[in-house]
Amino acid sequence: MSTTRKRVYGYLAEFENPSALYKAAEKVREAGFRKWDCYSPFPVHGLDAAMGLKRSVLPFFVFVGGVIGCLTAFALAYSTQVLIYPTIVHAKPANIFTIPAFFPVMFELTILFAGITVLFGALALMQLPRLNHPLFASRQFHRVTDDGFFIAIEARDPKFSPTETRELLATIGGTSIELVEEEDN
Amino acid sequence: MATTQTAPRTTAPDVKLPVLKREKLVLNDRSYHWITERICGIIENKQPFLWWLLFIPSTIIAIVGVGFGLLHLVSTGVGVWGNTNRVMWGWPIVNFVFWIGIGHAGTLISAILFLTRQNWRTSINRAAEAMTIFAVTCAGIFPAFHVGRVWFAWFLAPVPNANAIWQNFKSPLLWDVFAVSTYFTVSLIFWFLGMVPDLATMRDRCKPGIRKFLYGIFALGWRGGNRQWSHYEMAYLLLAALATPLVLSVHSVVSFDFATSVVPGWHTTIFPPYFVAGAIFGGFAMVLTIMIPARLIYGLQDMITMKHIDNMAKIILLTGTIVGYAYLMELFVAFYSGALYEMEAFKYRITGPYWWAYALMMTLNVLSPQLFWFRKCRESLWTVMFVAMCVNVGMWFERFVIIVTTLARMWLPGDWKTFSPSAQDQLLFVGTIGLFLSMFMLFLRFLPAINIAEVKWTLPQSDPHHEDNQSHPDPGTVEHDAYQQELADRKSS
Repeated sequence: MSTTRKRVYGYLAEFENPSALYKAAEKVREAGFRKWDCYSPFPVHGLDAAMGLKRSVLPFFVFVGGVIGCLTAFALAYSTQVLIYPTIVHAKPANIFTIPAFFPVMFELTILFAGITVLFGALALMQLPRLNHPLFASRQFHRVTDDGFFIAIEARDPKFSPTETRELLATIGGTSIELVEEEDN
Repeated sequence: MATTQTAPRTTAPDVKLPVLKREKLVLNDRSYHWITERICGIIENKQPFLWWLLFIPSTIIAIVGVGFGLLHLVSTGVGVWGNTNRVMWGWPIVNFVFWIGIGHAGTLISAILFLTRQNWRTSINRAAEAMTIFAVTCAGIFPAFHVGRVWFAWFLAPVPNANAIWQNFKSPLLWDVFAVSTYFTVSLIFWFLGMVPDLATMRDRCKPGIRKFLYGIFALGWRGGNRQWSHYEMAYLLLAALATPLVLSVHSVVSFDFATSVVPGWHTTIFPPYFVAGAIFGGFAMVLTIMIPARLIYGLQDMITMKHIDNMAKIILLTGTIVGYAYLMELFVAFYSGALYEMEAFKYRITGPYWWAYALMMTLNVLSPQLFWFRKCRESLWTVMFVAMCVNVGMWFERFVIIVTTLARMWLPGDWKTFSPSAQDQLLFVGTIGLFLSMFMLFLRFLPAINIAEVKWTLPQSDPHHEDNQSHPDPGTVEHDAYQQELADRKSS
């Protein structure tokens, strides 16, 4: 029963190697596409520039995460050691001047909070996790994690055209060009 | 891979500049597909007999040692460890420091060598990070249970207990709780995030079923799009930058447990760098101990090459020598300080009843790595394995010497006692070795043991400008063979 409607996701084209992918990416960018991506088994050096991607904004989040971690640790140590429960050990004072003893915990929590922000920040920016993706319906896309280099141009890009985009991908060296469709629920 | 831009040359055209060829990190010009097949093959093929031979006994040892050992300890009381005296308390601490130190090489390989662009790290970092996680797990058992009543171990966490007493944030022991738990968490994040693309490889190779489902869940829907890689690489860089000071801090904080106490033999400023160097030293020995057999069993010689082993041997030589310097400097400072108790503490270490432990430590940690000055020794796997085993044992004795010999002569003569571990003590330590090995065997069985994506990335053809460079060779240079090529030539001649 093939009653489910299909919606076009876009074109997927394979490229021979990283250099071909790199050169093709420059052409696709110059053609003015926005909703497209290069797929490769490993990060290809310089592809960000070829695609015209901006630097990741992740460091900003991580910096904020780290600062929050540092302040949390200080608040925890100061409030418990000075405000709530001043513990006097070795006759050392229980006031703000004991702050050097708080540094190790402040350092560790800075790293901990920043590290957790890296994980969740990166996942959010990569829009992961997700259980499925239209590209997984492709016959050849599974090779992207092995030795396949692909470019996919999405149908929702305003410049997308069923004939011209296909031709563009063919002229820049794409092979086994495939129209990827997703099931429309 | 960076391409080098050479300045306009001013020398005569017939003068050729000698250039050392870039070391091949994957030998025999293997393809991307070959790398995927070989690494995933470890998981997909039947495990060799040797895997079972290691897995079954180590699991039994883990169940008996850690499982029953801890059951006995918890149901009877911490007294079965013989912790009636401070000296006896040393055993869990020796083992804690031993295991946590082993973990450090994993973070060194994954973070510090990443920041310094040492691309040879790619074929060993996954296994080394796994080793870190498992070693820290083994380490955590000791302090968690040596608190006595383990169901009160949550007192370590900064939450007020029933008496509204808060933790002492000025205590190195509390710093240790934060340092070790942060280290474990960040190492786990690093390990997992680094594995996502490879889990996707496994997902894409599996037939539909429970395995594909599970790999799929943990691969998080990874597609390898460059918009993902861009953030992913940034995340990896940030984690490396965070883990580098972290790994240095963890063993520094561990050393603070000793160095901040006013105890002769412990109260020294050299402790943090000395502990960190020792940890990296011991960790690399453990990496070699597990990677050399794994490399042979699974046929990974093209990815974990002799150059990798050569590099690790050199790191062991370097850190071993730093450790040796620290041992001697400790003695010198004790002598130079003129402090009576400090001098007596070291005299007791060297000539007292534990002289054999001190001698073992010196021989195994300082003398045995000196073999690596010789190229023949670095190229002989038996010698490398021998030295690695020496260091594994030697580093355990280093902690034994530091902790036990000092505790055996504390300020109060009432504390003096000759150390002897109880049967339960020994059982638990042997159990953690079993636990470590069985977890590592499971890792080899179910997860990609080598970083597939990163190894592919180090191939010369992965550079998008590779073809351009090949078609425009620099006429003003003459290339010299790198280590691997030289090794191959020597073998064939």
